[in-house]
Amino acid sequence: MSDAEAHLPEHHSGLAHQFEDLEQQQESDFLGIWLFLVTEIMFFGGLFAAYAIYRFFYFAAFEGGSHILDARLGAANTAVLLGSSLTMALSVRSAQTGNRRALVVFLIATLILGGAFLGVKAYEYNQKFVEHVVPGLDWAPEGEVLARLAPGGVQHAELYFIFYFAMTGLHAIHMVIGMGLLIWLAIRGRKGDFTPHYFAPVEVVGLYWHFVDIVWIFLFPLLYLIGGRY
Amino acid sequence: MSTATLEPRVHAPRNYLNADYGWKSWLFTLDHKRIALLYLVSITFFFIVGGSFAVLMRIQLVDPQGAIVQPETYNKLFTLHGVVMIFFFLIPSIPAVLGNFLVPLMVGARDLAFPKLNLLSWYIYIVGGLFTLYSTIAGGVDTGWTFYTPYSSTYSNTQVTAVAVGVFITGFSSILTGLNFIVTIHKMRAPGLTWFRMPLFLWAMYATSIIMVLGTPVLAITIFLLALEHLFHVGIFSPALGGDPLLFQHLFWFYSHPAVYIMILPAMGVVSEIIACFSRKRIFGYKIVAFSSVAIAVLGFLVWGHHMFVTGQSVYAGIIFSLLSFLVAIPSAIKVFNWTATLYKGSISFDAPMLYAMGFIGLFTMGGLTGLFLASLATDVHLNGTYFVVAHFHYIMVGGAVMGYLGGIHFWWPKISGRKYPNGWAALAAAIIFIGFNLTFFPQFVLGYLGMPRRYAFYPAEFQVLNVMSSAGATVLGVGYLIPLIYLFWSMRYGPIAEPNPWGATGLEWQTPSPPPTENFSKIPVVTEEAYAYAEQEAGHE
Amino acid sequence: MSHIVVPQKTYIYIFLTLIGLTALTTGVAYVDLGPFNTVVALAIAFSKMLLVILFFMNVRNSSGLIRIIIVAAFFWFALLIAFTMSDYRTRTWTPAPDSWSSAPPTHP
Repeated sequence: MSDAEAHLPEHHSGLAHQFEDLEQQQESDFLGIWLFLVTEIMFFGGLFAAYAIYRFFYFAAFEGGSHILDARLGAANTAVLLGSSLTMALSVRSAQTGNRRALVVFLIATLILGGAFLGVKAYEYNQKFVEHVVPGLDWAPEGEVLARLAPGGVQHAELYFIFYFAMTGLHAIHMVIGMGLLIWLAIRGRKGDFTPHYFAPVEVVGLYWHFVDIVWIFLFPLLYLIGGRY
Repeated sequence: MSTATLEPRVHAPRNYLNADYGWKSWLFTLDHKRIALLYLVSITFFFIVGGSFAVLMRIQLVDPQGAIVQPETYNKLFTLHGVVMIFFFLIPSIPAVLGNFLVPLMVGARDLAFPKLNLLSWYIYIVGGLFTLYSTIAGGVDTGWTFYTPYSSTYSNTQVTAVAVGVFITGFSSILTGLNFIVTIHKMRAPGLTWFRMPLFLWAMYATSIIMVLGTPVLAITIFLLALEHLFHVGIFSPALGGDPLLFQHLFWFYSHPAVYIMILPAMGVVSEIIACFSRKRIFGYKIVAFSSVAIAVLGFLVWGHHMFVTGQSVYAGIIFSLLSFLVAIPSAIKVFNWTATLYKGSISFDAPMLYAMGFIGLFTMGGLTGLFLASLATDVHLNGTYFVVAHFHYIMVGGAVMGYLGGIHFWWPKISGRKYPNGWAALAAAIIFIGFNLTFFPQFVLGYLGMPRRYAFYPAEFQVLNVMSSAGATVLGVGYLIPLIYLFWSMRYGPIAEPNPWGATGLEWQTPSPPPTENFSKIPVVTEEAYAYAEQEAGHE
Repeated sequence: MSHIVVPQKTYIYIFLTLIGLTALTTGVAYVDLGPFNTVVALAIAFSKMLLVILFFMNVRNSSGLIRIIIVAAFFWFALLIAFTMSDYRTRTWTPAPDSWSSAPPTHP
């Protein structure tokens, strides 16, 4: 590796040996993360496709399942996540302008908002156990919950909740990974690793975080707002 | 002999093989060429594993009553043969070995865009492979490589989860490889290497990478849902809860049909390189061949329903899928015609790589044409689920992809190892493989047409002659595969030293020493001419 | 990869618009629009996504290649849904003949 570096015209901090210059490296990083997001779109896409087909078949059951969820809580959580996207965008901007302090502050703010989102999610998951609507682990809806699910068929409502948990669960896993990356960025940012010339990791993680936000932007209406609440 | 082997080591200039020694220098390497060799060793291992399952199956089918195993074991044999060969040999074969080695060399770069990701992809592949090997030891899996629900999710009591996890994990290795190639081809081409000066192998790798990036994630989520259903007994694909087993097939084939093109497109790229080099001619219709790779990649995504003609799929969807399947034949045929046109009036020499490439063209054409039978709605009703299907996809995957892989290995072996192999043995092996292959799989077309279903441990006695022929052919084929393994291994130590460009081929990879130094090029090359400028090269020599 | 620094205000306005759209989509869910509830919800989600992609992810200032890649990804997702749906939407067009069923055919 040192052989290769010897041939490089200028040795820049953060420039890997396989690239000719920093611009080529940045463009490659940027293209790489977007291609990764493409794979994420197709990954969630398969799930959304399956969801779409079952929702088309069993609309009433999906509507009944959706009404078990608390739409206002979902909306509030959406706002929290959008807020974290704002602070993430501002972190990238701080890195761009070379404001190290603001970078770390915004990264930590993003982390806190992400944590808040997961906290609410955990509360909601817990509610599902209380209501016994967890397919595979605790599926025994009764009373008012059962009455709401019955019109569309309880069995088919189970299908709805499988998708509820699979979709929000995968989303939550992505959030946890993103938060790990945010911690890593905050530590590096504090050490002063990022300069206005080199902040690709912040930008790359930022794109990932926004993508996870977009997934939720679709999950919210698709899971919480089926068929209206009137 | 001993001096002959020691001498070059003393005088050999530094290259990627002697740059460093010890297991750490291999397992923690970031050099794309060393990672390619890691893949070469591991996929050869899996090829032997998958091949031994096939050997057992062919022994079993010598006798109509089944020669050695019970049906339960036979089910596991064909399942593991499929899983290992497809996910752990064919899909990584050309991309991860030859692609890894050649893409940076062909674009004139020092490495792939993301070397750490490249090494990570190999480790992911190994972890996925270990899960699959574990499942084999722990009792195997009997669902068929397609894992059709609800059998796989509800009824099978074999190691479905372990294999599913193995396939899921390995998928990410292929995603990362594809991502790395796309970025490298877009951003790291040497000065002057425009898109239409690229070797066709790069076009093929680019098209393959598109499929890997767009398709594999869908397989991942499908397998994830399958594992979820299997573990928690929830009914995603189970009719018991209103789920639809066919949805699994839709999602599965959305990836797994294009996956066929992950196997065949790289082989087509290899063949384009070989045909041009050993005809000493520019490829006929370069741009059309390049675009046909991309066309195959795109159209390949729109035909998956032809695997489901005899399921409960709507006949109207079937008509659309059938029509689109016929359309894929067009770019595939274009390639075959253009290779043939390239040979026309070329100065052809029949070195070993060329023999494999010629074998590829013949066998791929047969595989492709029999695919049209299966893409037709009516004939598919008769042929679906028979040995006709088995023969068809083996002509594509073994006759096509494996022939292309072996051709590529023989073509670039002097570059990879810095040594030459004995050409006579290589030609003999190519002939044996070609004969053995046809003897194995041609009878299966007949068997299938006569109505012998696939995936059965027993069969009616009247099919025995053809089955014995097939098993005999498999023996010949096995011998054919062993020979290159021996002489290639032998050549690494005793083969004559290879010069930088032993075939007189064009392309940046031949302008660097054999084997290349770790940094590939002492100075990044500048490209001034089109690919396959063989005519200009000859003129230059005179 | 852009080197343009977007003013802080832009991000805040976009954020406020996104919050507004979230409130709107939640509110609309309480109004009966029949099948259009789904359409409106998806349209709002789609506009929110566009805002995030164009501004937060800064695709506004990105290269054409990145835009092509994003459009291709959504196009492929659409292909997956469309071709799968082509089966589900037309499956019942040709009902199975009564004689295929082993049970005596029942007519409501």
